[in-house]
Amino acid sequence: MALLVIAEHENGVLKPDTAKAVAAALKVGNDIHVLVAAANVDPIAQSAAQIDGVSKVVTFTDEGCEQHLAESLSDVVLSIANNYSHIFASATTTGKNFMPRVAALLDKSQISDIIDVVSADTFKRPIYAGNAIATVQSNEELKLITVRSSAFDASGEQSACEISSLEHNVNNTVSHFVSAEVTESERPELTAAPVIISGGRGMQNGDNFALLNGIADKLGAAIGASRAAVDAGFVPNDMQVGQTGKIVAPDLYIAVGISGAIQHLAGMKDSKVIVAINKDPDAAIFQVADYGLVADLFDVLPELEAAL
Amino acid sequence: MKILVPVKRVIDYNVKVRVNSDNTNVDLNNTKMAMNPFCEIAVEEAIRLKEAGNATEVVVVSIGDKAVHEQLRTALALGADRAIHIDAAQNLDSLHVAKLLAKLVEQEQPELTILGKQAIDSDNNQTGQMLAALLGQGQGTFASKVELNDGKVLVTREVDGGLQTVGLALPAVVTTDLRLNEPRYATLPNIMKAKRKPLETISADSLGVDLTPRVTLLKVEEPSKREAGVIVEDVAELVSKLKTEAKVI
Ligand SMILES: Cc1cc2nc3c(=O)[nH]c(=O)nc-3n(C[C@H](O)[C@H](O)[C@H](O)COP(=O)(O)OP(=O)(O)OC[C@H]3O[C@@H](n4cnc5c(N)ncnc54)[C@H](O)[C@@H]3O)c2cc1C
Repeated sequence: MALLVIAEHENGVLKPDTAKAVAAALKVGNDIHVLVAAANVDPIAQSAAQIDGVSKVVTFTDEGCEQHLAESLSDVVLSIANNYSHIFASATTTGKNFMPRVAALLDKSQISDIIDVVSADTFKRPIYAGNAIATVQSNEELKLITVRSSAFDASGEQSACEISSLEHNVNNTVSHFVSAEVTESERPELTAAPVIISGGRGMQNGDNFALLNGIADKLGAAIGASRAAVDAGFVPNDMQVGQTGKIVAPDLYIAVGISGAIQHLAGMKDSKVIVAINKDPDAAIFQVADYGLVADLFDVLPELEAAL
Repeated sequence: MKILVPVKRVIDYNVKVRVNSDNTNVDLNNTKMAMNPFCEIAVEEAIRLKEAGNATEVVVVSIGDKAVHEQLRTALALGADRAIHIDAAQNLDSLHVAKLLAKLVEQEQPELTILGKQAIDSDNNQTGQMLAALLGQGQGTFASKVELNDGKVLVTREVDGGLQTVGLALPAVVTTDLRLNEPRYATLPNIMKAKRKPLETISADSLGVDLTPRVTLLKVEEPSKREAGVIVEDVAELVSKLKTEAKVI
């Protein structure tokens, strides 16, 4: 039986998460279909068709799906679900939102946020903020899975596979899109960036986050934050890294004025190299840092920018 | 309008868990337990809606053994009006929790059900969405703002790209994110008063849900440990190490 991956997209562009979800699916089987449900499906479908291992892309054109409305998206997925042995989505705010709805409508349990595929029915996933790794087996015939993007290397490229479209009348009378406040940034996305520099409460205010800009420019980095920095209103919510924010694993993660609470570590401790800048030599962040610099961030950030 | 708030008893968020010696689960013996932080935010939101005159009754429910009475009493002390304990084995699949809650919603007919977006133990982030699905209701997940108006609810959601606002027909399900509110602390007089508020226990069996597990926990392991690295003297040393040793810049 084929496997289905639900494409992650924004504004007509396929997100890198999808090639990672495909990589997870390829560990289970090799007949992989991708569903693109959006308003402007063509560019997204073109990209999805070129992900190595995808045998068919199915498109569905719909405004509600463009806005990632769980009620609309789950209704579409439901209409084709029984053709598949597994359905995968990325564990993004979209995947986390619609997938459990699909699961319940199908009377199936879901396995969330997998970091490894052991076999077609057995998966590894972090629990307790990543302080334990559970191996879980699904006894369901149809398996519904969300994939932690940072744990899988994206599947490569291929020449485009077949694209077909789906007819369906969406039944969603309970929810509608009202508005979106999208954070505009020239920088790479947190979950796709090779380098991340994050600020915490130690930054003291939102203006001081500008001290990270020059360094981020030089390193091509994304800028992240701790919960404390977001709660205090220094920066928007979409910058939060952690157990309950974004999970990242860049080549280089620089934590500035962040103490290293369990919940923050849960979101970044799989980074390849971690640098911590903190004036408290006992800060927990130093226990996971490859390179620690015990110093006042207001002294060293300008120096660091100059030295790069 | 009635609001139902399901709450979960979990390990205190400050405690770091350990995997037990036979790798079958984590060791929760003598561990400090508390209400899941996202559920606290849900309780707070319901109480604020009542204080603002938008709701008339706040009912809290928890599923588990008798120990959950502690969290239910906490919710009552914070301002919930009455509590329901669904007596069941711990460690149910989210689907089963959602099914039990759906039965309760059928009985209680709340116009709004507010849950935490995820429990900090299993980190599943499923129950609210599943409950909404089973009830055929709309779902406003990861909420940072909830506004009731004219038979519907506007929910502003924390999403990966920023914020999104959706409108949902009532009755509906909302799940809370961190920025929705800052929960209050229970005062001593309210803790005393809570002891006299109604707390009813019903058995999960009486709700007629098949609770046969669909997911088997095979093993629990420690994550791979990171070794603490070195402390560098200054920025120059840091930059040089990143270039020549780590080769990441
Ligand atoms: C349910 C729940 C979910 C959570 N989810 C998340 C999450 O997803 N992500 C997350 O990050 N947190 C999360 N938290 C919060 C977490 O527990 C911590 O409170 C938070 O991470 C602390 O942020 P911080 O390190 O910036 O602040 P603090 O802990 O206050 O640390 C500030 C650090 O800055 C240092 N500092 C101050 N001034 C300077 C200076 N001039 N120079 C150098 N260093 C300086 C201090 O020494 C200190 O170590 C969650 C908590 C709960 C309860």
